[in-house]
Order: sequence, then structure tokens, then C-alpha cells
Amino acid sequence: MANWQWFHRLGSPKWLLATLDRWLPWLLSLGLLMLVGALAWGLAFVPPDYKQGNSFRIMYIHVPTAVVALAAYYAMAIAGAVAMIWRMKVADMVMRAIAPVGAALTFLALVTGAIWGKPTWGAYWVWQDARLTSMLILFFLYLGVMALYDAYSDRRNGNRAAAVVALAGTVNIPIIYKSVDWWSSLHQPASIKFTEQSAIASEMLQPLLLAIIGTYFVFAAMVILQLRLQIVLSEGRSNWLAEYATNKLR
Amino acid sequence: MTHPAAMQADNESMFRILHAIFKRDLRVYFRTRGAWLNPLIFVLLVITLFTLGIGPDAKQLASNATAIIWVVALLGIMLSLDALFRSDYEDGTLEQLLLSPRPLYFAIMGKVAAHWLVTGLPMLLASPLFALMLGIPISIVPLLALGLFLGSGILSFVGAIGAAVTVSLQTGGLLIALIILPLYVPVIIFGAGLLQYALEGWSVAAPLMMLSGLLCAAVVLAPLAIGAGLKISMDS
Repeated sequence: MANWQWFHRLGSPKWLLATLDRWLPWLLSLGLLMLVGALAWGLAFVPPDYKQGNSFRIMYIHVPTAVVALAAYYAMAIAGAVAMIWRMKVADMVMRAIAPVGAALTFLALVTGAIWGKPTWGAYWVWQDARLTSMLILFFLYLGVMALYDAYSDRRNGNRAAAVVALAGTVNIPIIYKSVDWWSSLHQPASIKFTEQSAIASEMLQPLLLAIIGTYFVFAAMVILQLRLQIVLSEGRSNWLAEYATNKLR
Repeated sequence: MTHPAAMQADNESMFRILHAIFKRDLRVYFRTRGAWLNPLIFVLLVITLFTLGIGPDAKQLASNATAIIWVVALLGIMLSLDALFRSDYEDGTLEQLLLSPRPLYFAIMGKVAAHWLVTGLPMLLASPLFALMLGIPISIVPLLALGLFLGSGILSFVGAIGAAVTVSLQTGGLLIALIILPLYVPVIIFGAGLLQYALEGWSVAAPLMMLSGLLCAAVVLAPLAIGAGLKISMDS
């Protein structure tokens, strides 16, 4: 018989807060370590690209933020679905915690993409490219979800409404992925492939993969920070929280 | 297991509620002229403003026509959505609909279908006028009309999600736009693409099929999200 205890525990903000507090330092320090290592490796030790020179190195920030920003939207929608199906209030909070972090990552991906575009394509913004436009739409999707939950005075209803919109927004995700095929573009086609041989040199790829994993860890840590805030905001009056906080301060 | 006779009764009640709500909403729309006329006037007005902004050069107008028509139609329909559930929410009809044992899914389908008919049909009928104003060749008008009709269905069904989650809020209008406009991206791509393809003389099968497919998906899936949204709005 499968042990479902962990799943039921997830529904308890008290257990969750204690667990998050234990995980946070590990996730954050591991993530930062990986990120710093990957950036040092990518910026200083990888040979320059034969065509783009040194400008390609912004890839070590651009690609991880873009990858995680997309994955974060999925995570947000899945959390929203869990909240709607099982009525888990913790899932509501997770969804709400992911939104600002995902939006920030999307913004970073857009900005680094624009900076990379200038030396490579000669323009900061190129509309012919579908992926730029899709990322921009993704950014707006995040902002819409955040605007909706801010508009509700009741936190719980705001979260539930935002979950509906986040789920509806997942319709947009396949278009983001397919956009590369659908429009003719200036952008190079996606070059990391797991099934075939990658089009990117492996010495360039290794630090990139490390940076992606590191970004996932830092993302998780940021979400945990937000989630702790959400737990405190919605459980602010409960006794266990006051007890937990005094124990912590002691 | 449900008894076959009971299942038949269920099937009947599904379509009965769809039909009843559809008819009732159409009647309400036709008694309030603004509901179907105002979006159309809005579209004509904004097209006029665009023309004044771009200048009288027919060639330049025609090259921007596809984008103008679709963006304006999209805005017109979106603005009309704010009222979709508002009066039913305020006078308690919506609450009765949610409490009713009849399937909410089909009630919503009837409601949004009525809205689609009332906003989409005037757009379809006025499309020769849009073409005339913006210098689109008359031969393309049937495609423009068909595209607008299919597109307005998607816009109504997807937009109703935004209307449902904001109906209990005071700050409806702008918030609906923030939530819903990103979801309209595929519609504008394939809608404007349809006209572009037709103007270039290419086969329009692909964008037409995409629009039809999106419409089918929207009609089937959106009522689920709309229902969830309405329930949340009722709680608050």
C-alpha cells in the first residue's frame, strides 16, 4: 500500500513552514554555489564562439532564466489545478508564491535577450522572432494573474480566481513552444536537444546545464521565501504560528 | 449505474437548459439595443480614428487594414464582455443558475453562445463596411466575414472566463483586458493571417482550420473555466 502521509502533510501549513525553514538554507546556498560556479566557468573559461565572439556568454544567464520562467508557469498552473481539484489551501499559496518569481525571471530573460540581440542581430527587439514575442506574452500572463489576485480583497477567493486564469493561460504555452516552427524567424532554432546530438559544443553546454540547474535551485529558494510570506499572511492569527515564531526567536 | 431512462432525461435537461438560456438571453439582448449595437458603433468609431491617424493614403491604409480590423473587433467584443454576467450577478439570476440542479456547463454554453451571436453577427454583417473604409478588395469580404464570425466566437468564449472571474469586483473592465488580451494572441495571429494570406493570393485553408479548431476547443473547454470562475465570484 502506498504511503500517502506526505501528501496529507502537505496540506498542513504548520508542517510545511517548519519543513521549508529547514530546506531554505540548503537550496539557496547550493543554488548560488552552482550559479556562481557556472557563471565563472562560462564567462572566464569557455573559449569564445567562432562567430559571436564573447557576446554569446550572456547565454549563461539568458537561457536558464528563460527555461525556468517557462517551467515556472507550468508549476503555477499545476499548483492552481491542485488547488481547484483537492481544495488544498497550500496549493493556492504555492501558486501565488510562484507568480512574482516567475514574472521576474521572464523579465530577466527578456532583458538579457534584448542585450544579446543588439550585437547579434543589430537590434534590441526584433518582432520577426516568435520566441521574443511569446516571452513577452508570458510576461503579460504572469502580470494578469498577479493583477487578478491583487484585485480581490479576500485572499482565498483571489487565489482561486487566479488559478482559473493561470490554467486558461496554459493554452498559450504550446504556442510558445511551437512558435519556432510556426513563424519564419531570425532566431536560431532551439539548439539543446536531448534526443539528437546537440548543435552546441559540449564545452559550452556543460556550464549552461549547470547554470540551468542552479537557477532551478535559486528559483525554488525564492518561491519558498514567498511561500513563507504567504503562510504568515494567511495564518497570521493562528496560535501555532505565534508559538513557532517565539520558539524560533528564542 | 444510471438508469437508461434517467440518462435520457439528463440529456434532455442539458439541451433544454442550453436552449432556454440561449433564448432568454437573446430576448434580453434584443430588448436592449445597446447590447448588440454599441460594440459595432465602437468598432466603426475606432476604425475612423485609425484612418485619421494614419492618413488618407489608400495604399497605406490597406496595408494596415488586417491588423486594424482584428485589433478593433477584439477590443469591441472584449469591452462588451464586462456586461455579460454583470446584471445576472446583480439581480440574483446567476445565483439561481448555480443553485439549479441542471448542468451549469450547458447553461453557460447557452449564455455565451447568445453573446457570440449578438456580437459576432453584426460584425459579420458589417464586414463589407469595414472593407470599404480600409480599402480591402471586395473579393476578400466573404473571408473577412467568415474569419470575424469564427474569431468572435473564440473571443466570446475565452473572454467570458475573464468576465466570470471579475464579475464580483468593482474594477471589472480594465482587469478583464489585462487577463484576457494575452489569451487572444492566437486569434489575432490566425485572424489577421487569414486576411494576409487571402490578400497575397495564398491558400487560406491553414489559418481557417486553425481558427475553426480554436473555436471548437474554446466552445468545449471554456465553459468549464467560466463555471469555476462564476462559483468563485459567487463566494465572494
